[in-house]
Amino acid sequence: MNSNPYVPVVSLTEDDFSNGKVLFRHDKLDARYAWDTGIAIGAFLGGLKGGVILGSYCATCRKIVTPPRIVCEWCFRPMRRLVQLADTGRVNTFSLCYVTWDVKRISEPEIPAVIEIDGASPGHGFLHKIGEISPTEVHIGMRVQAVWKPAAERCGSITDILYFRKL
Amino acid sequence: MEREVAIVGVGWEGFQPTTPHYSYKELIYQAAQKAYHNANVDPRKDIQSFVTVAEDFIEGTSIFDEYTPDQLGAVLKPMHTITGDGLHGLITAYLMIRSGICKIAAVEAHSKASNIKTLSQITHYALDPMLNRPFEFHPDFIAGLEMARFLHEAHITPEDCALVVQKNRRNALENPSAPYGFDYRLEEIQDCQPVAYPLLESHIAQPADGAIVVVLASREIAESLTVEPIWILGVGWCNDMYNLEYRDWGHLPYVTKAAQMAYHQAQIQTPSKKIDFAEVDDLYAYRELMSLVALGLISKHELPDALKMGKFHSTGQLPINLSGGSLGMGNLLEANGLAKLVEAVLQLRGQAGKRQLSFPHIGLVQSWRGIPTSSAAVVILASS
Repeated sequence: MNSNPYVPVVSLTEDDFSNGKVLFRHDKLDARYAWDTGIAIGAFLGGLKGGVILGSYCATCRKIVTPPRIVCEWCFRPMRRLVQLADTGRVNTFSLCYVTWDVKRISEPEIPAVIEIDGASPGHGFLHKIGEISPTEVHIGMRVQAVWKPAAERCGSITDILYFRKL
Repeated sequence: MEREVAIVGVGWEGFQPTTPHYSYKELIYQAAQKAYHNANVDPRKDIQSFVTVAEDFIEGTSIFDEYTPDQLGAVLKPMHTITGDGLHGLITAYLMIRSGICKIAAVEAHSKASNIKTLSQITHYALDPMLNRPFEFHPDFIAGLEMARFLHEAHITPEDCALVVQKNRRNALENPSAPYGFDYRLEEIQDCQPVAYPLLESHIAQPADGAIVVVLASREIAESLTVEPIWILGVGWCNDMYNLEYRDWGHLPYVTKAAQMAYHQAQIQTPSKKIDFAEVDDLYAYRELMSLVALGLISKHELPDALKMGKFHSTGQLPINLSGGSLGMGNLLEANGLAKLVEAVLQLRGQAGKRQLSFPHIGLVQSWRGIPTSSAAVVILASS
């Protein structure tokens, strides 16, 4: 309905689009990539396939980061030594997400969290998710452990860890 | 001629059809640490600003500037990414130094072309979605249209373009960083499948991976860092309209405008007499010839004879693309301009190995962002 008599307005329906009354053009991008994982992330993903979490050690800053990298972003010296870390850690921060990536509302939230991994320097860890827990129980500082996919199903991906659960 | 900003360090890695051993971040890091060593600077202490170039569709990651600081030593330091060729990035850093914002800056460009599985689709997406994409031509058709008109107007032939391919790929044999060096016979170049006639497959630079980092400094810093600063005498950049329908298909006015801007700043009135060598766009062989005309380094009617006389060969009067160009080094996407700049720096320093010219003083570098763009940049460099 036209609420302003001085401005002509034409309402559109879905049928107007499907019947060609409104001109538009659809297009779809075929963009496909296959990123080389490289030395550090390649080792990290290989470690996950084997059921271990790897980090790298900076001899100048004397710190361990995970996921590993080949250069320390603070001192710009190479990080050549890989170290095996525990599969336990502590929740640095988390969120309860009631909307999925494709904008669907859900009643049971997804729980992304940054996990500081035991053995890495304070503040170092990676993004993952929390499972096997009531959303109301999750808290910053909560101790967690990785729940792994069965070895035969692991493929060298961050999702080789299914989620972290409360210890 | 002004000598206010100099290139004090260059580093590069890759220039290979594939680089599966490194992630793009590791590739960039390798180039960066070489450039910083070459410039004798510590990025964490000495470099005050960083400029990178990248195109999100090519990277496959939106807002790609977020992914560049750490491998350059730029974390929590002034940095930004622009969507342009590496020469646009270099010019940006140059302007920052000239305007007093910083005294030392680093510029980075890279290509991980081998990681893009649908490169022609990505290029196709640069076309107008309403008027041009619906035809679903392979994007190289634009090069075919341009080449046909240029050949018609300049009275040169596809065989003349084959001479460019032969020269550049032979030049690449003398460049250890160039993966596409080959001593082709002319008939082998001409006996190739057409892609978009008159454009043949052999006329097209093949994709390559690589990363390049360049360090620039103000005069006072440059002279304290190195005995061989390479001075930036002039810079220019220009874009024409994107529209395919209204283009001047036989000419590259945006290259001419960019060059005129750089010549004016460098106080060069007769470029063909002042420029000792040039590294120019050759993503398609005919583009080298078009660019030379647009840059004012030769006229259209002189072109056929100049080609036959070998004027642009390494031993010729005006050596062009001694590096092997993009035909020899590969199409490094947004890094093409900096790959050519590295060659110019090495030549002017006297560090170009077997392909070294005798005492060059002034070199010109020109880049183009590839089809379907009308985007060019020009930098003029001089030795100490």
